[in-house]
Amino acid sequence: MPNRARIERRADPLPHPRQLEGQRNALRIVLSSTPLEVRRALERVLGDLSPLQLSEEDRGTVELVLAEVLNNVVEHAYEAAAAGVIEVTVLQGQQRLFCSVTDHGRAMPGLSAPSGEPAAVDVPTEALPEGGFGWFLIRELSDDLSYRRDGDENRLTFSLKVGSLANRG
Amino acid sequence: MNVVATPKGKVLLVTVAESRIDAAVSVAFKERMRELTVGHPGRIIVDMSAVGFLDSSGLGAVVGALKQVDPGATLELAGLTSTVAKVFKLTRMDTVFAIHSSAEAALAADENAA
Repeated sequence: MPNRARIERRADPLPHPRQLEGQRNALRIVLSSTPLEVRRALERVLGDLSPLQLSEEDRGTVELVLAEVLNNVVEHAYEAAAAGVIEVTVLQGQQRLFCSVTDHGRAMPGLSAPSGEPAAVDVPTEALPEGGFGWFLIRELSDDLSYRRDGDENRLTFSLKVGSLANRG
Repeated sequence: MNVVATPKGKVLLVTVAESRIDAAVSVAFKERMRELTVGHPGRIIVDMSAVGFLDSSGLGAVVGALKQVDPGATLELAGLTSTVAKVFKLTRMDTVFAIHSSAEAALAADENAA
């Protein structure tokens, strides 16, 4: 049975973010901005994607990128204290998952997503960084990343390459 | 935080019995590591084989654990699962830590050196 959420053939054209919302078969999860809710949301996303039989590596990529994006929203957009709402949408393409994460917290500084420079590791032990890895990992593992501020809404969209999904699901 | 330490001769074997080191537990993990490793002067081997997932805050906590060991102590990692190993490799933290395939291999390396 064809999956209606799947995007047409060819080279997996990027859907407009609004298209993600219109997809009835897209996976959609709403969570509040706490680390434990992030855990729960990741568990649900990975669980709901299980029919795709992603490789262990692809599952790791999906979980890691979504975790980093959601952690950033919890820590920065909502600054840990306030209980904000986050919405995650995942749409299956032929060789990619298209993801959208929206929140109503603070805008990203400079209205752009951080470039995610690699952290310096060739330094004495005491100078090793204990943070600043998140955006590097997101940029390294995702494609087509785009951020826009729409009124009071942050919307981050990106795609994740996964092994061919054409004959699965 | 289910992390326990077992002395193995001069080596301290720390076993992480948590499936995730993520933003929900990273602060507690680093603090627990401090409790377990403070005052130990030699090799500390952290068995991570039960940890299926580690995010950037978890990575930061492991780096923090390295930075807080006693002078002269070393903190080595063992049994990284695939997603955890990927985070270390991408961030090049795999060049900072000695990483062993398993706790057994890490302990055997000690016997050979002795």
